[in-house]
Amino acid sequence: MNSIIISAISQGLLWAILAIGIHITYRILNISDLTSESAFALGGALVATCIVNGIPPLLATLIATLGGSLAGFVTGFLHTKLKIPSLLAGILSMTGLYSINLRIMGKANIPLNMDDTLLTNAADLLGFTRDRDATIVLGILVAIIIVLGLIWFFNTEFGFSIIATGSNDQMIRANGVNSNVTIIAGLMLSNGLIALSGALVSQYNGYADVGQGIGAIVVGLASVIIGEVIFKNKNFFITLIGIIIGSIIYRLIVALVINTDFISANDMRLFTAIIVAIAIAMTNLNFRKSKVKRS
Amino acid sequence: MISIHNLYKTFHANTINENKVITDLSLKIEDGDFITVIGGNGAGKSTLLNLIAGSIMMDEGKIFIDDVDVSKMIENKRAKYISRVFQDPNSGTCKDLSIEENMSIAKRRGKIRTLRKGILKSEKSEYQNLLKTLDLGLENRLNAKVGLLSGGQRQALTLLMATLVKPNLLLLDEHTAALDPKTAKTVLELTEKIVAENKLTTLMVTHNMKDAINYGNRLIMMNKGKIVLDIKGEEKKNLTVNDLLIRFEASGDDNIISDRMLLD
Ligand SMILES: Nc1ncnc2c1ncn2[C@@H]1O[C@H](COP(=O)(O)OP(=O)(O)OP(=O)(O)O)[C@@H](O)[C@H]1O
Ligand SMILES: [Mg+2]
Repeated sequence: MNSIIISAISQGLLWAILAIGIHITYRILNISDLTSESAFALGGALVATCIVNGIPPLLATLIATLGGSLAGFVTGFLHTKLKIPSLLAGILSMTGLYSINLRIMGKANIPLNMDDTLLTNAADLLGFTRDRDATIVLGILVAIIIVLGLIWFFNTEFGFSIIATGSNDQMIRANGVNSNVTIIAGLMLSNGLIALSGALVSQYNGYADVGQGIGAIVVGLASVIIGEVIFKNKNFFITLIGIIIGSIIYRLIVALVINTDFISANDMRLFTAIIVAIAIAMTNLNFRKSKVKRS
Repeated sequence: MISIHNLYKTFHANTINENKVITDLSLKIEDGDFITVIGGNGAGKSTLLNLIAGSIMMDEGKIFIDDVDVSKMIENKRAKYISRVFQDPNSGTCKDLSIEENMSIAKRRGKIRTLRKGILKSEKSEYQNLLKTLDLGLENRLNAKVGLLSGGQRQALTLLMATLVKPNLLLLDEHTAALDPKTAKTVLELTEKIVAENKLTTLMVTHNMKDAINYGNRLIMMNKGKIVLDIKGEEKKNLTVNDLLIRFEASGDDNIISDRMLLD
């Protein structure tokens, strides 16, 4: 039981980075960006390919992150410069990236269990015998860096512009900001984080799989929504903490559900999709109710 | 001075829906002019403002702002010279940011956004003092999200934001039309005060004839994408609704005046 909780926390921390990336597009930029699915797999593909080719894990993880940002740039370019609707732009990137990921990997799955990863490095450094113990320490460290970094970033002039673009692009253009730039920057930030998450999850799992991003958006959304339900009053710091806790809770639910007899691991995506659909429907209904009351 | 030369705009050109909205429109706006713009539905008033601001690109013509040719300049570049208040109170502000954060965005209109702090301590007291002049109690709610404000409060804030950096031209497109009559009056009076204090060059679209007569030093009337009346100076000062009606009839088109303009 204890080890189930530990592994849920470890995985929750690594997947939380994905959820934070989803939050940036879905909640801040107001874009449903499907690039995320393939960016998550891209992170795994790049990190695994780099590591088996002898590149140090830390550098490999950075390369994976930058790769995700590049994918976000492509989607942003398709959307803002070529005027392709954001949903379709994301679908195009996602589809194209699937082939690119296979090209990068050369096959559908790369095992990493014989190689040094960021997690084995961290375990050596911290003197842990098991890599999984190092995951929590590393996960918390990465989470702290990301949370502090994002709080700083979204309180800069440029950060304000991204937030304003998401809620009112007419306003931000009227104030002299090129909203194409802010949208592209937001997508790069989001998909960079998502690829980072994919890279860390691959190193944790001990393999990269070209299909590992399937359903990632829904998993990320589930964490975002669980976080929002727990912490209703939101400033940005609380929101981010909520997402991380949401991600851990989601992993605990997964662990509990999979241990029951009637739901198997294969049913998890359906289960998650239903939960997310109900949760979003409920927040929409509440919203409508409070609107009616006001008028 | 802003000068507009032979402006043309057609929507859906070369289709059955072709719609010539602005045809051969020229206008010189002197510094300090406060021009009210009236005209029936679809006359092209909003399109004219959008063309000036660059949110719609012109087909033909030239626009100069103090000798700078902005005809080909994209909207966010033109924002250096122009500030706007829209009809929809939600359009001019960002609901997810606080009052002070919104103001800090407007304070940087026309400047490159860097990774410096989005709002400095010194700005906050400046904003607080400015908000006090609105007399809406907003000076105590600097950290409140703008989404929590009423339509009138948001328009007043947008107006204030539009003048944080003095624009060469202020564009107001029926900015009180979505407000209840009492709030609309307050915001209009505020507009007059802010325009006068800052000596702003202003173009204000309104559908209310009385407002068009009572405010500003010059009145233009649009019909079918053209300026059909341009009244200024003493003549504008002594103008009455009746005078206007007579002038309209003389121009020979009964469709110019919409019912909406005659109401209230
Ligand atoms: N972006 C656009 N695309 C296509 N047609 C447009 C666009 N903007 C305006 N039009 C059309 O141009 C014509 C003039 O519209 P405009 O909004 O300028 O009129 P207006 O004088 O502001 O009228 P109102 O008093 O109703 O606000 C209308 O027929 C309108 O349908
Ligand atoms: Mg209009």
